[in-house]
Amino acid sequence: MNLFVYFIVFILLSIGAYWYGRRYSLSLVSGDHRKLHSLPQYYGYYVALWTVLPACLMMLLWLFLDQSMIVHLVSVALPEKIKALPPDELGLYLNDVVNLARGNITSSEGDAVMQQAAAHYQHLWRISHVALGIAVLGAVVAGAAFSLHRIQPDFRSRPGVERLVKWLLIISSSVAILTTVGIVLSVLFEAIRFFRIIPLTDFLFGLQWSPQMAIREDQVGASGAFGVVPLFAGTILIALIAMLVAVPVGLMSAIYLVEFANSRVRAWVKPLLEILAGIPTVVYGFFAALVVAPALRGAGESVGLQVSSESALAAGLVMGIMIIPFVSSLSDDVINAVPQAMRDGSYALGATRAETISRVVVPSALPGIVGGVLLAVSRAIGETMIVVMAAGLTANLTVNPLDSVTTITVQIVTLLVGDQEFDSPKTLAAFALGLVLFIATLLLNVLALHMVRKYREEYE
Amino acid sequence: MSKLQKAAVKRRDIREAVELGLKVRKRRNRRFRHLGFMAVLTGMLLLAIMFVSIASKGYSAFQRTEIQLDIKLDSDVIDPGESRSKDVLMRADYTGLIKASLRELFPEVKKRKQKRALYRLVSSGAGDQLREKVIQDPSLIGQRIPVWLIADDDLDQYYKHGEGQSRLKDYQLQWVARLNADHRLRLAFNSTFFTAGDSREPELAGIRGALTGSFFVILITLGLSLPLGVLAAIYLEEFAGRNRWTDFIEVNINNLAAVPSIVFGLLGLAVFINFMGLPRSAPLVGGLVLTLMTLPTIIIASRAALKSVPPSIREAALGMGASKTQMIFQHVLPLAMPGMLTGTIIGMAQALGETAPLLMIGMVAFIADIPSGPLDSATVLPVQIYLWADSPERAFMERTSAAILVLLTFLVLMNLLAIWLRRKFEQRW
Repeated sequence: MNLFVYFIVFILLSIGAYWYGRRYSLSLVSGDHRKLHSLPQYYGYYVALWTVLPACLMMLLWLFLDQSMIVHLVSVALPEKIKALPPDELGLYLNDVVNLARGNITSSEGDAVMQQAAAHYQHLWRISHVALGIAVLGAVVAGAAFSLHRIQPDFRSRPGVERLVKWLLIISSSVAILTTVGIVLSVLFEAIRFFRIIPLTDFLFGLQWSPQMAIREDQVGASGAFGVVPLFAGTILIALIAMLVAVPVGLMSAIYLVEFANSRVRAWVKPLLEILAGIPTVVYGFFAALVVAPALRGAGESVGLQVSSESALAAGLVMGIMIIPFVSSLSDDVINAVPQAMRDGSYALGATRAETISRVVVPSALPGIVGGVLLAVSRAIGETMIVVMAAGLTANLTVNPLDSVTTITVQIVTLLVGDQEFDSPKTLAAFALGLVLFIATLLLNVLALHMVRKYREEYE
Repeated sequence: MSKLQKAAVKRRDIREAVELGLKVRKRRNRRFRHLGFMAVLTGMLLLAIMFVSIASKGYSAFQRTEIQLDIKLDSDVIDPGESRSKDVLMRADYTGLIKASLRELFPEVKKRKQKRALYRLVSSGAGDQLREKVIQDPSLIGQRIPVWLIADDDLDQYYKHGEGQSRLKDYQLQWVARLNADHRLRLAFNSTFFTAGDSREPELAGIRGALTGSFFVILITLGLSLPLGVLAAIYLEEFAGRNRWTDFIEVNINNLAAVPSIVFGLLGLAVFINFMGLPRSAPLVGGLVLTLMTLPTIIIASRAALKSVPPSIREAALGMGASKTQMIFQHVLPLAMPGMLTGTIIGMAQALGETAPLLMIGMVAFIADIPSGPLDSATVLPVQIYLWADSPERAFMERTSAAILVLLTFLVLMNLLAIWLRRKFEQRW
């Protein structure tokens, strides 16, 4: 593959440039490195960086832009009749052209015009590749020549290299920001396109969710309803069940491990509980769908209760198990942070351990514990695989945990897995749901982090 | 009563009250303690139930049922021209030979429908198995040899687990009983499970494709997230002053660590696939998405590792005339590396088990081929588990559990490595 070849070439180039730069600097002072300003290897680094970095950056920029540039050029050259198509149909047409040119499966057989456009595309693609090769070569040569030209015995190469390294560090740390920006922009753009079709109020307050769009005009029940309330209700119901399992078990285990258990028990139990946190969610999903749900169904039948095979209860219970270690390790931290003097004071007044815990330790650790629980809620809301495998697909507006409900994440997955057309509200709805999910978990996280942090500062 | 007596009575009352209360309070204390113990026990129990139920469902997938048939490797069928060229041997009708041998074994089966039912006892992959054998040793052609062939999944499930929900018909069960009486059935190690890609036939489905896909994805994730994470941590911990910009970066990293993983999938779909035009289902895109997802974990762990290196090391290096960059890269970084690696391994373990964002970027397609590069269509082990878990057949449930066991083995090994690293390089300054 092309990219891989470039990668290897760049690595070899930088090794060669380092070696040559180092030797060149030594040859200037006939091998006496004391006459150089910096250690010889810094001259090597300097040449290597100048040889490879500009070329690399240029290539990344090129690869980032060339696809859209080529498509634009192809679309300009199309006949007027096709250019007059509405924008979304034109987009589909261009998509077919690209697929045809790349030898992928197309959704429609190409006519002569499309074949021509595809040939045009391939032509431009080849030109772009050759031009990229030449440009990269030019950048390598220019960078190498420039850096070698600058090397003199009194040239300060170390500060130069260190400045570059510092920029590299700054760029690396900006990736986190870029990711956030990327998430916000990508989700927001598609969501805005969605809200142009479906009004925001219909989305937020609608009580019906059935994201099927009509393929034919006269199809029955195919109008598509995008009311998010049932999804909220389902998500909250499952999260609530999960919390009912995770909070008592997690909190009580943390209390037991910190206040009652001896160090040997703690040394065994803590890592074992943490195993629960390391198990992939798809395993929990399998467990929920194949063990817990049938068991619940069987138990329900034996007492005459109708339990749906994909019940909110099964998904919630298993999600609760998943969150136990999360709650327990966070509460463990905050309970440990309560100063021993407060406990000793309570014991000195004659309180038992239980009284000390419930009247002194837990109240003073409460903001931290609540923060931890909020983080756990945010995790439960964003959890995908368990609900995809164990909760249902139909949006029921119900509070009965024995019924099947659906959640935001389940709908995102079902809307986006399979065939996608990027201009139907069905696909765009997934991004709108993603935006809702992102905002909801972000708010919970910020609130939780704020509470945890504020509490922690009190004793420091 | 005198004043003194009154006081004595009162003291006695208080004492009785306290002693009475003490009993209650101690009982409450015990109950609280038991409650805590029960909570811990519940957690352990749930863990045990999960492991036992999955292991008990999955272990049988490591074995497969095989049928012994006496097959006449008729040279007229396989290689009429006696050319022995590989091309001819590849194309011969081995399934026909197997069918002939089955007819020979059960001559009384005459009806077409019953014959088809008879052929169905042997897996559709048995022909390939036979071809492999012949190509490896062409001198067998013309002989009549006993061969152990892969059985169909229905027979496999019946032989392993008994009647139950067996899909075999009554007359098929009679044939199976006869085969069993002739010692023509056996359980053998299921090598297909580790060497084959995905398949619609449970007895021919394996995890090799998913393992290779996971390998490429993890390789890309590691190659990108380790340098990026370490460099970012160095900048934030060593160079950046405390100002608005670095505070902003820090809040950002903490928030990213808590963003639901599926949102990263949406990002990957919108940016890498739709905007940048990278191929769907490719490990490259999966690796990029998981890089962005694990980056916060690695940055946070790396910063903690850098923070734990004492100032005396830095001061000594600076005192000897090293520049700040030299001090960091030559003295601080090597000491912080074990801590950074521990964080990285934990991040990689998370990435290895991650499913949801990969569904978004199309790694969920049915792919039988084993990917040969990071741009081929591929799936990963957790997604394979998800796909198999969806199949109604009982044999796939067994394979799902077995694949989970393989995945968990990898995760346990990675976590043990992290623990070992932490223990080995733990330093108290």
